[in-house]
Amino acid sequence: MTDLVIIGGGPAGMSAAIAAYECGIRDILILERDEHLGGILQQCIHNGFGLHKFSEELTGPEYAYRYEKRVIELGIPYKLGTMVLDITKDKVITATNAEDGVFQINAKAIILAMGCRERAKGALNIAGSRPAGIYSAGTAQKFVNMKGYMPGRDVVILGSGDIGLIMARRMTLEGAKVHAVCELMPYSSGLARNIEQCLNDFSIPLKTSHTVTEIHGKERLTGVTIARVDENRKPIPETSEFIPCDTLLLSVGLIPENELSRSMGVDLSGITSGATVDQDRQTSIEGVFACGNVLHVHDLVDFVSEEAEIAGKAAAEYINGMVETTVNIPIKTDGKIRYTVPQVITKSKDVTVFFRVSDVYKNVKITVKSGDDVIVSKKKVRVAPGEMESIKLRASDIEKRKELIFSLEVV
Amino acid sequence: MDRKLTCIVCPLGCSMVAEVENGKVLSVSGNTCPRGKAYAESECINPQRVVTSTVRCQDGSMLSVKTDRAIPKEKMAECMEIIASARPQLPIFVGDVIIKDVFGSDIIATQNRS
Ligand code: SF4
Repeated sequence: MTDLVIIGGGPAGMSAAIAAYECGIRDILILERDEHLGGILQQCIHNGFGLHKFSEELTGPEYAYRYEKRVIELGIPYKLGTMVLDITKDKVITATNAEDGVFQINAKAIILAMGCRERAKGALNIAGSRPAGIYSAGTAQKFVNMKGYMPGRDVVILGSGDIGLIMARRMTLEGAKVHAVCELMPYSSGLARNIEQCLNDFSIPLKTSHTVTEIHGKERLTGVTIARVDENRKPIPETSEFIPCDTLLLSVGLIPENELSRSMGVDLSGITSGATVDQDRQTSIEGVFACGNVLHVHDLVDFVSEEAEIAGKAAAEYINGMVETTVNIPIKTDGKIRYTVPQVITKSKDVTVFFRVSDVYKNVKITVKSGDDVIVSKKKVRVAPGEMESIKLRASDIEKRKELIFSLEVV
Repeated sequence: MDRKLTCIVCPLGCSMVAEVENGKVLSVSGNTCPRGKAYAESECINPQRVVTSTVRCQDGSMLSVKTDRAIPKEKMAECMEIIASARPQLPIFVGDVIIKDVFGSDIIATQNRS
Protein backbone atom coordinates (compact mmCIF):
# COMPACT_ATOMS: atom_id res chain seq x y z
CA MET A 1 0.00 0.00 0.00
CA THR A 2 1.35 3.43 -0.98
CA ASP A 3 0.02 6.48 0.87
CA LEU A 4 -0.15 8.83 -2.08
CA VAL A 5 0.18 8.18 -5.81
CA ILE A 6 0.24 11.18 -8.12
CA ILE A 7 -0.60 10.64 -11.76
CA GLY A 8 1.50 13.09 -13.78
CA GLY A 9 4.83 14.80 -13.03
CA GLY A 10 4.13 18.20 -14.58
CA PRO A 11 3.75 21.42 -12.60
CA ALA A 12 0.54 20.21 -10.90
CA GLY A 13 1.89 16.79 -9.94
CA MET A 14 5.19 18.09 -8.59
CA SER A 15 3.59 20.92 -6.66
CA ALA A 16 1.00 18.58 -5.12
CA ALA A 17 3.74 16.12 -4.13
CA ILE A 18 5.79 18.83 -2.43
CA ALA A 19 2.74 20.15 -0.56
CA ALA A 20 1.83 16.66 0.67
CA TYR A 21 5.44 16.07 1.75
CA GLU A 22 5.44 19.31 3.67
CA CYS A 23 2.32 18.10 5.49
CA GLY A 24 4.23 15.07 6.70
CA ILE A 25 3.45 12.47 4.03
CA ARG A 26 6.56 10.50 3.08
CA ASP A 27 5.24 7.51 1.17
CA ILE A 28 4.61 9.28 -2.17
CA LEU A 29 5.07 8.10 -5.74
CA ILE A 30 4.80 10.26 -8.87
CA LEU A 31 4.07 8.42 -12.13
CA GLU A 32 5.11 10.35 -15.25
CA ARG A 33 4.49 9.25 -18.82
CA ASP A 34 7.34 11.28 -20.34
CA GLU A 35 11.08 10.77 -19.94
CA HIS A 36 11.38 13.93 -17.83
CA LEU A 37 9.54 15.76 -15.07
CA GLY A 38 7.99 19.12 -15.89
CA GLY A 39 5.37 18.06 -18.41
CA ILE A 40 4.48 20.50 -21.16
CA LEU A 41 6.61 23.27 -19.57
CA GLN A 42 9.73 21.70 -21.08
CA GLN A 43 8.63 22.78 -24.54
CA CYS A 44 7.38 26.21 -23.42
CA ILE A 45 10.80 27.84 -23.74
CA HIS A 46 9.42 31.40 -23.72
CA ASN A 47 9.36 33.51 -20.58
CA GLY A 48 6.42 34.84 -18.62
CA PHE A 49 6.08 32.09 -16.04
CA GLY A 50 6.40 32.48 -12.30
CA LEU A 51 5.75 36.21 -11.84
CA HIS A 52 3.01 35.42 -9.39
CA LYS A 53 4.77 32.58 -7.55
CA PHE A 54 8.39 33.72 -7.57
CA SER A 55 8.09 37.46 -8.45
CA GLU A 56 10.45 36.72 -11.28
CA GLU A 57 9.96 36.08 -14.94
CA LEU A 58 11.02 32.54 -15.77
CA THR A 59 10.90 30.40 -18.88
CA GLY A 60 8.84 27.19 -18.79
CA PRO A 61 11.84 24.89 -18.28
CA GLU A 62 13.17 27.13 -15.50
CA TYR A 63 9.81 27.14 -13.75
CA ALA A 64 9.67 23.35 -13.98
CA TYR A 65 13.24 23.10 -12.68
CA ARG A 66 12.39 25.02 -9.49
CA TYR A 67 9.93 22.25 -8.64
CA GLU A 68 12.01 19.38 -9.98
CA LYS A 69 14.91 20.47 -7.79
CA ARG A 70 12.68 20.50 -4.74
CA VAL A 71 11.24 17.05 -5.56
CA ILE A 72 14.78 15.68 -5.82
CA GLU A 73 16.00 17.47 -2.66
CA LEU A 74 13.11 16.05 -0.67
CA GLY A 75 13.74 12.62 -2.14
CA ILE A 76 10.18 12.21 -3.37
CA PRO A 77 10.16 9.04 -5.51
CA TYR A 78 9.02 9.21 -9.13
CA LYS A 79 8.95 6.87 -12.09
CA LEU A 80 9.47 8.27 -15.58
CA GLY A 81 8.40 6.69 -18.87
CA THR A 82 5.50 5.18 -16.98
CA MET A 83 2.05 4.86 -18.52
CA VAL A 84 -0.92 4.43 -16.20
CA LEU A 85 -3.29 1.96 -17.87
CA ASP A 86 -6.10 1.83 -15.38
CA ILE A 87 -7.27 3.05 -12.00
CA THR A 88 -10.13 1.37 -10.13
CA LYS A 89 -12.63 2.95 -7.77
CA ASP A 90 -10.79 1.22 -4.90
CA LYS A 91 -7.61 3.03 -5.90
CA VAL A 92 -5.72 0.16 -7.48
CA ILE A 93 -3.45 1.58 -10.17
CA THR A 94 -2.19 -0.52 -13.07
CA ALA A 95 0.80 0.96 -14.86
CA THR A 96 3.60 -0.10 -17.15
CA ASN A 97 7.15 0.90 -17.99
CA ALA A 98 10.17 -0.69 -19.64
CA GLU A 99 11.89 -1.55 -16.35
CA ASP A 100 9.05 -2.94 -14.23
CA GLY A 101 6.76 -4.28 -16.94
CA VAL A 102 3.12 -4.17 -15.91
CA PHE A 103 2.65 -3.51 -12.19
CA GLN A 104 -0.07 -2.65 -9.68
CA ILE A 105 -0.10 -0.25 -6.76
CA ASN A 106 -2.71 0.12 -4.03
CA ALA A 107 -2.98 3.75 -3.02
CA LYS A 108 -4.59 5.31 0.04
CA ALA A 109 -5.05 8.54 -1.88
CA ILE A 110 -4.61 9.53 -5.51
CA ILE A 111 -4.03 12.92 -7.06
CA LEU A 112 -4.97 13.20 -10.74
CA ALA A 113 -2.59 15.62 -12.46
CA MET A 114 -2.51 14.45 -16.07
CA GLY A 115 -2.83 17.90 -17.60
CA CYS A 116 -4.61 18.62 -20.85
CA ARG A 117 -4.26 18.07 -24.57
CA GLU A 118 -5.02 20.18 -27.62
CA ARG A 119 -8.38 19.94 -29.30
CA ALA A 120 -8.11 17.75 -32.37
CA LYS A 121 -8.22 19.29 -35.82
CA GLY A 122 -10.87 16.73 -36.78
CA ALA A 123 -13.21 18.84 -34.69
CA LEU A 124 -12.84 21.62 -37.25
CA ASN A 125 -15.16 21.86 -40.21
CA ILE A 126 -12.76 22.82 -42.95
CA ALA A 127 -13.46 21.80 -46.53
CA GLY A 128 -10.76 20.21 -48.67
CA SER A 129 -8.29 17.38 -48.29
CA ARG A 130 -5.84 16.89 -45.44
CA PRO A 131 -2.41 17.42 -46.98
CA ALA A 132 0.80 17.41 -44.92
CA GLY A 133 1.62 20.69 -43.22
CA ILE A 134 -1.29 20.95 -40.79
CA TYR A 135 -0.28 20.75 -37.14
CA SER A 136 -1.61 21.69 -33.80
CA ALA A 137 0.32 24.64 -32.36
CA GLY A 138 1.62 22.47 -29.52
CA THR A 139 2.93 19.82 -31.90
CA ALA A 140 4.73 22.50 -33.89
CA GLN A 141 6.15 23.82 -30.62
CA LYS A 142 7.52 20.39 -29.80
CA PHE A 143 9.10 20.07 -33.27
CA VAL A 144 10.78 23.46 -33.14
CA ASN A 145 11.83 23.60 -29.50
CA MET A 146 12.63 20.00 -28.66
CA LYS A 147 13.61 18.48 -31.99
CA GLY A 148 15.06 21.59 -33.63
CA TYR A 149 13.05 21.11 -36.79
CA MET A 150 10.92 23.75 -38.53
CA PRO A 151 7.60 22.40 -39.81
CA GLY A 152 7.42 25.01 -42.59
CA ARG A 153 8.31 28.48 -43.86
CA ASP A 154 5.02 30.13 -44.77
CA VAL A 155 2.53 29.90 -41.97
CA VAL A 156 -1.11 30.70 -41.23
CA ILE A 157 -2.40 30.17 -37.71
CA LEU A 158 -6.04 29.42 -36.95
CA GLY A 159 -7.05 30.31 -33.41
CA SER A 160 -5.49 32.98 -31.25
CA GLY A 161 -4.96 31.03 -28.05
CA ASP A 162 -1.70 31.75 -26.27
CA ILE A 163 0.16 28.78 -27.75
CA GLY A 164 -0.73 29.97 -31.26
CA LEU A 165 0.49 33.49 -30.47
CA ILE A 166 3.70 32.20 -28.91
CA MET A 167 4.32 30.02 -31.97
CA ALA A 168 3.73 32.96 -34.32
CA ARG A 169 6.66 34.73 -32.67
CA ARG A 170 8.81 31.64 -32.35
CA MET A 171 8.50 30.67 -36.01
CA THR A 172 9.05 34.27 -37.12
CA LEU A 173 12.24 34.47 -35.08
CA GLU A 174 13.34 31.19 -36.67
CA GLY A 175 12.94 32.73 -40.11
CA ALA A 176 9.41 31.72 -41.15
CA LYS A 177 6.83 34.18 -42.48
CA VAL A 178 3.61 34.12 -40.48
CA HIS A 179 0.98 35.61 -42.81
CA ALA A 180 -1.94 35.86 -40.44
CA VAL A 181 -3.54 34.66 -37.23
CA CYS A 182 -7.26 34.05 -37.80
CA GLU A 183 -9.66 34.05 -34.88
CA LEU A 184 -13.27 32.93 -35.29
CA MET A 185 -14.47 35.03 -32.38
CA PRO A 186 -14.54 38.85 -32.42
CA TYR A 187 -11.83 38.84 -29.73
CA SER A 188 -8.68 36.87 -29.06
CA SER A 189 -8.62 34.28 -26.31
CA GLY A 190 -4.92 34.98 -25.77
CA LEU A 191 -3.37 37.39 -23.28
CA ALA A 192 -3.08 41.03 -24.37
CA ARG A 193 0.65 40.94 -23.65
CA ASN A 194 1.06 38.05 -26.09
CA ILE A 195 -0.82 39.88 -28.84
CA GLU A 196 1.54 42.79 -28.26
CA GLN A 197 4.87 40.99 -28.03
CA CYS A 198 4.17 38.02 -30.33
CA LEU A 199 2.12 39.63 -33.11
CA ASN A 200 2.46 43.43 -33.01
CA ASP A 201 6.24 43.28 -32.50
CA PHE A 202 6.49 41.48 -35.85
CA SER A 203 3.56 43.16 -37.63
CA ILE A 204 1.67 39.86 -37.87
CA PRO A 205 -1.99 40.62 -38.58
CA LEU A 206 -4.60 39.32 -36.13
CA LYS A 207 -7.79 38.76 -38.11
CA THR A 208 -10.65 38.47 -35.63
CA SER A 209 -14.05 37.19 -36.85
CA HIS A 210 -12.17 35.23 -39.50
CA THR A 211 -11.82 31.53 -40.17
CA VAL A 212 -10.18 29.13 -42.58
CA THR A 213 -12.81 27.93 -45.05
CA GLU A 214 -10.73 25.81 -47.39
CA ILE A 215 -7.50 23.89 -47.44
CA HIS A 216 -5.54 23.63 -50.70
CA GLY A 217 -2.90 21.14 -51.82
CA LYS A 218 -2.74 17.40 -52.44
CA GLU A 219 0.33 16.04 -50.72
CA ARG A 220 1.65 19.21 -49.14
CA LEU A 221 -0.39 22.22 -48.13
CA THR A 222 -0.18 24.95 -50.80
CA GLY A 223 -2.51 27.50 -49.25
CA VAL A 224 -5.67 28.23 -47.33
CA THR A 225 -8.76 30.28 -48.07
CA ILE A 226 -9.84 32.49 -45.21
CA ALA A 227 -13.01 34.53 -44.87
CA ARG A 228 -14.70 36.90 -42.47
CA VAL A 229 -17.58 35.42 -40.48
CA ASP A 230 -20.93 37.03 -39.64
CA GLU A 231 -22.39 37.30 -36.15
CA ASN A 232 -23.53 33.67 -36.37
CA ARG A 233 -19.96 32.66 -37.15
CA LYS A 234 -20.91 31.73 -40.73
CA PRO A 235 -18.27 32.59 -43.36
CA ILE A 236 -19.19 35.44 -45.74
CA PRO A 237 -18.17 34.11 -49.20
CA GLU A 238 -17.54 37.57 -50.74
CA THR A 239 -14.78 38.18 -48.19
CA SER A 240 -12.81 35.05 -49.17
CA GLU A 241 -9.10 35.50 -49.57
CA PHE A 242 -6.47 32.95 -50.66
CA ILE A 243 -3.21 32.89 -48.71
CA PRO A 244 -0.40 30.74 -50.10
CA CYS A 245 1.30 28.82 -47.27
CA ASP A 246 2.94 25.48 -46.56
CA THR A 247 1.92 25.27 -42.91
CA LEU A 248 -1.33 25.72 -41.02
CA LEU A 249 -1.15 25.72 -37.22
CA LEU A 250 -4.26 25.11 -35.19
CA SER A 251 -4.55 26.74 -31.82
CA VAL A 252 -8.17 26.06 -31.08
CA GLY A 253 -8.13 25.29 -27.42
CA LEU A 254 -7.17 22.78 -24.79
CA ILE A 255 -9.17 20.06 -23.16
CA PRO A 256 -8.50 18.24 -19.86
CA GLU A 257 -7.17 14.73 -20.38
CA ASN A 258 -9.62 12.64 -18.39
CA GLU A 259 -9.72 9.16 -19.95
CA LEU A 260 -8.43 7.61 -16.72
CA SER A 261 -10.77 9.62 -14.52
CA ARG A 262 -13.73 8.69 -16.69
CA SER A 263 -13.02 4.97 -16.66
CA MET A 264 -12.55 4.96 -12.90
CA GLY A 265 -15.97 6.57 -12.49
CA VAL A 266 -15.08 10.07 -11.29
CA ASP A 267 -17.98 12.49 -11.97
CA LEU A 268 -16.99 14.90 -14.71
CA SER A 269 -18.38 18.33 -15.51
CA GLY A 270 -19.83 18.75 -19.00
CA ILE A 271 -18.54 22.31 -19.05
CA THR A 272 -14.93 22.01 -17.86
CA SER A 273 -14.47 18.41 -19.07
CA GLY A 274 -12.72 17.94 -15.74
CA ALA A 275 -13.85 16.36 -12.49
CA THR A 276 -16.38 18.09 -10.30
CA VAL A 277 -14.61 18.86 -7.04
CA ASP A 278 -15.04 20.39 -3.60
CA GLN A 279 -12.91 23.17 -2.11
CA ASP A 280 -10.13 20.64 -1.40
CA ARG A 281 -10.16 19.51 -5.05
CA GLN A 282 -11.55 16.16 -3.95
CA THR A 283 -13.54 14.44 -6.69
CA SER A 284 -16.73 12.41 -6.33
CA ILE A 285 -14.58 9.48 -5.18
CA GLU A 286 -13.29 9.88 -1.63
CA GLY A 287 -9.51 10.14 -1.47
CA VAL A 288 -9.18 10.94 -5.17
CA PHE A 289 -8.18 14.53 -5.90
CA ALA A 290 -7.62 16.44 -9.14
CA CYS A 291 -5.65 19.60 -9.86
CA GLY A 292 -4.12 21.63 -12.64
CA ASN A 293 -5.19 21.43 -16.25
CA VAL A 294 -6.77 18.00 -15.84
CA LEU A 295 -9.36 19.73 -13.65
CA HIS A 296 -9.91 22.84 -15.76
CA VAL A 297 -7.66 24.63 -18.21
CA HIS A 298 -5.70 27.41 -16.52
CA ASP A 299 -4.22 30.56 -18.08
CA LEU A 300 -1.19 30.70 -15.82
CA VAL A 301 0.98 27.90 -14.49
CA ASP A 302 1.33 29.83 -11.24
CA PHE A 303 -2.35 29.12 -10.55
CA VAL A 304 -1.84 25.46 -11.45
CA SER A 305 0.82 25.24 -8.75
CA GLU A 306 -1.43 26.94 -6.21
CA GLU A 307 -4.33 24.66 -6.95
CA ALA A 308 -2.05 21.64 -6.69
CA GLU A 309 -0.92 22.78 -3.24
CA ILE A 310 -4.55 22.76 -2.11
CA ALA A 311 -4.96 19.20 -3.43
CA GLY A 312 -1.64 18.05 -1.94
CA LYS A 313 -2.52 19.39 1.51
CA ALA A 314 -6.00 17.94 1.39
CA ALA A 315 -4.68 14.54 0.31
CA ALA A 316 -2.31 14.60 3.29
CA GLU A 317 -5.21 15.37 5.64
CA TYR A 318 -7.19 12.56 4.10
CA ILE A 319 -4.31 10.09 4.55
CA ASN A 320 -3.94 11.20 8.16
CA GLY A 321 -7.65 10.56 8.73
CA MET A 322 -8.53 14.19 9.25
CA VAL A 323 -11.72 14.26 7.21
CA GLU A 324 -14.92 15.84 8.31
CA THR A 325 -17.61 16.89 5.98
CA THR A 326 -19.64 19.53 7.71
CA VAL A 327 -21.72 21.09 4.98
CA ASN A 328 -22.89 20.34 1.46
CA ILE A 329 -23.38 23.51 -0.53
CA PRO A 330 -23.53 23.19 -4.31
CA ILE A 331 -22.44 26.20 -6.36
CA LYS A 332 -24.67 27.02 -9.33
CA THR A 333 -24.02 29.48 -12.16
CA ASP A 334 -26.30 31.59 -14.35
CA GLY A 335 -24.75 30.72 -17.74
CA LYS A 336 -23.02 34.08 -18.13
CA ILE A 337 -20.73 32.69 -15.49
CA ARG A 338 -19.75 29.53 -17.33
CA TYR A 339 -18.40 27.46 -14.50
CA THR A 340 -16.87 27.57 -11.06
CA VAL A 341 -14.18 25.49 -9.39
CA PRO A 342 -14.96 24.16 -6.88
CA GLN A 343 -18.50 23.14 -7.79
CA VAL A 344 -19.43 22.23 -4.23
CA ILE A 345 -18.34 23.30 -0.75
CA THR A 346 -18.18 20.60 1.91
CA LYS A 347 -16.30 22.31 4.72
CA SER A 348 -17.07 25.45 6.63
CA LYS A 349 -13.90 27.37 5.91
CA ASP A 350 -12.66 30.28 3.80
CA VAL A 351 -12.81 29.30 0.14
CA THR A 352 -11.58 31.03 -3.01
CA VAL A 353 -13.89 30.19 -5.89
CA PHE A 354 -12.43 30.40 -9.39
CA PHE A 355 -14.69 30.98 -12.36
CA ARG A 356 -14.84 31.84 -16.03
CA VAL A 357 -17.39 33.92 -17.92
CA SER A 358 -18.94 32.78 -21.21
CA ASP A 359 -18.43 35.93 -23.29
CA VAL A 360 -16.69 39.29 -23.23
CA TYR A 361 -18.69 41.69 -21.05
CA LYS A 362 -17.99 45.28 -20.04
CA ASN A 363 -18.89 47.00 -16.77
CA VAL A 364 -20.27 44.04 -14.95
CA LYS A 365 -21.32 43.18 -11.44
CA ILE A 366 -20.66 39.64 -10.31
CA THR A 367 -22.86 38.53 -7.46
CA VAL A 368 -22.83 35.54 -5.15
CA LYS A 369 -26.27 34.89 -3.73
CA SER A 370 -28.01 32.42 -1.52
CA GLY A 371 -31.75 32.68 -2.05
CA ASP A 372 -32.32 36.43 -1.95
CA ASP A 373 -29.29 37.18 0.22
CA VAL A 374 -26.38 38.81 -1.55
CA ILE A 375 -23.26 37.38 0.01
CA VAL A 376 -20.59 39.13 -2.04
CA SER A 377 -20.61 41.28 -5.13
CA LYS A 378 -17.76 42.60 -7.16
CA LYS A 379 -17.54 45.07 -10.05
CA LYS A 380 -15.24 44.63 -13.03
CA VAL A 381 -14.59 46.94 -15.98
CA ARG A 382 -14.08 44.02 -18.36
CA VAL A 383 -14.31 40.25 -18.15
CA ALA A 384 -13.41 37.75 -20.87
CA PRO A 385 -13.61 33.97 -21.26
CA GLY A 386 -9.83 33.80 -21.56
CA GLU A 387 -9.25 35.22 -18.11
CA MET A 388 -9.97 33.23 -14.99
CA GLU A 389 -11.54 35.25 -12.19
CA SER A 390 -11.88 34.51 -8.50
CA ILE A 391 -13.95 35.51 -5.51
CA LYS A 392 -13.08 34.88 -1.89
CA LEU A 393 -15.82 33.60 0.37
CA ARG A 394 -15.46 33.63 4.13
CA ALA A 395 -16.48 30.71 6.29
CA SER A 396 -18.98 32.94 8.08
CA ASP A 397 -20.56 33.87 4.73
CA ILE A 398 -21.24 30.34 3.65
CA GLU A 399 -22.24 28.62 6.86
CA LYS A 400 -25.82 27.39 6.89
CA ARG A 401 -26.39 28.16 3.19
CA LYS A 402 -28.25 25.62 1.07
CA GLU A 403 -26.68 26.62 -2.21
CA LEU A 404 -24.72 29.46 -3.74
CA ILE A 405 -25.53 31.09 -7.06
CA PHE A 406 -22.90 32.96 -9.08
CA SER A 407 -24.40 35.44 -11.52
CA LEU A 408 -23.25 38.28 -13.73
CA GLU A 409 -25.12 41.38 -14.78
CA VAL A 410 -24.07 44.23 -17.01
CA VAL A 411 -24.53 47.50 -15.14
CA MET B 1 1.77 63.02 -29.22
CA ASP B 2 -0.12 60.26 -27.43
CA ARG B 3 1.03 56.71 -27.92
CA LYS B 4 -1.11 53.70 -27.05
CA LEU B 5 0.70 50.82 -25.43
CA THR B 6 -0.09 47.41 -23.98
CA CYS B 7 2.04 46.61 -20.96
CA ILE B 8 3.81 43.27 -21.39
CA VAL B 9 5.39 43.13 -17.95
CA CYS B 10 2.71 40.93 -16.37
CA PRO B 11 -0.31 38.89 -17.53
CA LEU B 12 -2.73 41.68 -16.65
CA GLY B 13 -1.69 43.45 -19.86
CA CYS B 14 -2.85 46.97 -18.95
CA SER B 15 -3.71 49.38 -21.79
CA MET B 16 -1.68 52.52 -21.33
CA VAL B 17 -1.25 55.87 -23.00
CA ALA B 18 2.11 57.63 -23.03
CA GLU B 19 2.41 61.30 -23.85
CA VAL B 20 5.62 61.69 -25.86
CA GLU B 21 7.19 65.00 -26.92
CA ASN B 22 10.58 65.35 -28.66
CA GLY B 23 11.71 61.88 -27.67
CA LYS B 24 10.75 62.44 -24.04
CA VAL B 25 7.94 60.75 -22.15
CA LEU B 26 5.97 63.43 -20.31
CA SER B 27 3.34 61.24 -18.69
CA VAL B 28 1.96 57.70 -18.60
CA SER B 29 -1.61 56.73 -17.76
CA GLY B 30 -3.53 53.47 -17.58
CA ASN B 31 -0.82 51.54 -15.77
CA THR B 32 -1.87 49.65 -12.65
CA CYS B 33 1.58 49.61 -11.09
CA PRO B 34 4.95 51.41 -11.36
CA ARG B 35 6.43 48.65 -13.52
CA GLY B 36 3.97 49.62 -16.23
CA LYS B 37 5.19 53.20 -16.19
CA ALA B 38 8.82 52.08 -16.41
CA TYR B 39 7.94 49.81 -19.33
CA ALA B 40 6.09 52.58 -21.17
CA GLU B 41 9.05 54.93 -20.79
CA SER B 42 11.52 52.37 -22.04
CA GLU B 43 9.20 51.28 -24.86
CA CYS B 44 8.89 54.82 -26.20
CA ILE B 45 12.59 55.61 -26.05
CA ASN B 46 14.55 52.37 -26.26
CA PRO B 47 12.29 49.31 -26.67
CA GLN B 48 13.82 46.14 -25.26
CA ARG B 49 12.91 42.47 -25.24
CA VAL B 50 14.14 39.26 -23.65
CA VAL B 51 14.88 36.71 -26.38
CA THR B 52 14.30 33.01 -25.78
CA SER B 53 15.41 30.34 -28.21
CA THR B 54 17.16 26.98 -28.49
CA VAL B 55 20.64 25.80 -29.45
CA ARG B 56 21.74 22.43 -30.73
CA CYS B 57 24.23 20.80 -28.38
CA GLN B 58 27.23 18.74 -29.51
CA ASP B 59 25.27 15.53 -28.96
CA GLY B 60 22.53 16.76 -31.29
CA SER B 61 19.92 17.48 -28.58
CA MET B 62 18.19 20.84 -28.29
CA LEU B 63 18.76 23.10 -25.28
CA SER B 64 16.54 26.05 -24.36
CA VAL B 65 18.31 29.36 -23.71
CA LYS B 66 17.50 33.03 -23.07
CA THR B 67 19.15 36.42 -22.89
CA ASP B 68 19.69 37.03 -19.18
CA ARG B 69 18.31 40.55 -19.59
CA ALA B 70 16.37 42.46 -22.23
CA ILE B 71 18.24 43.52 -25.36
CA PRO B 72 17.34 46.29 -27.84
CA LYS B 73 14.28 45.15 -29.77
CA GLU B 74 15.79 45.86 -33.19
CA LYS B 75 18.67 43.48 -32.41
CA MET B 76 16.40 40.44 -31.96
CA ALA B 77 17.04 38.96 -35.43
CA GLU B 78 20.81 39.41 -35.12
CA CYS B 79 20.70 37.94 -31.62
CA MET B 80 18.88 34.87 -33.01
CA GLU B 81 21.67 34.35 -35.56
CA ILE B 82 24.35 34.53 -32.89
CA ILE B 83 22.42 32.09 -30.70
CA ALA B 84 21.98 29.68 -33.63
CA SER B 85 25.75 29.54 -34.20
CA ALA B 86 26.47 28.06 -30.74
CA ARG B 87 27.25 24.33 -30.34
CA PRO B 88 27.69 23.90 -26.59
CA GLN B 89 29.24 20.84 -25.04
CA LEU B 90 27.53 18.79 -22.31
CA PRO B 91 26.98 18.74 -19.41
CA ILE B 92 25.06 21.99 -19.09
CA PHE B 93 23.12 23.28 -16.09
CA VAL B 94 20.38 25.88 -15.73
CA GLY B 95 22.04 29.30 -15.61
CA ASP B 96 25.29 28.30 -17.39
CA VAL B 97 26.52 30.98 -19.79
CA ILE B 98 26.41 29.64 -23.35
CA ILE B 99 27.54 32.84 -25.14
CA LYS B 100 28.99 35.89 -23.41
CA ASP B 101 28.02 39.49 -24.08
CA VAL B 102 25.44 39.53 -26.85
CA PHE B 103 24.17 43.13 -27.05
CA GLY B 104 24.95 43.59 -23.38
CA SER B 105 23.36 40.34 -22.26
CA ASP B 106 24.65 36.82 -21.73
CA ILE B 107 22.93 33.89 -23.38
CA ILE B 108 22.24 31.41 -20.58
CA ALA B 109 20.84 27.88 -20.44
CA THR B 110 17.31 27.46 -19.09
CA GLN B 111 17.50 23.65 -18.98
CA ASN B 112 19.86 20.97 -17.71
CA ARG B 113 21.50 18.58 -20.20
CA SER B 114 23.85 15.80 -19.24
S1 SF4 C 1 1.06 48.09 -15.47
FE1 SF4 C 1 1.67 46.72 -13.82
S2 SF4 C 1 -0.19 45.51 -13.49
FE2 SF4 C 1 -0.44 46.45 -15.52
S3 SF4 C 1 0.37 44.91 -16.95
FE3 SF4 C 1 2.04 46.31 -16.43
S4 SF4 C 1 3.11 45.28 -14.76
FE4 SF4 C 1 1.11 44.33 -14.93
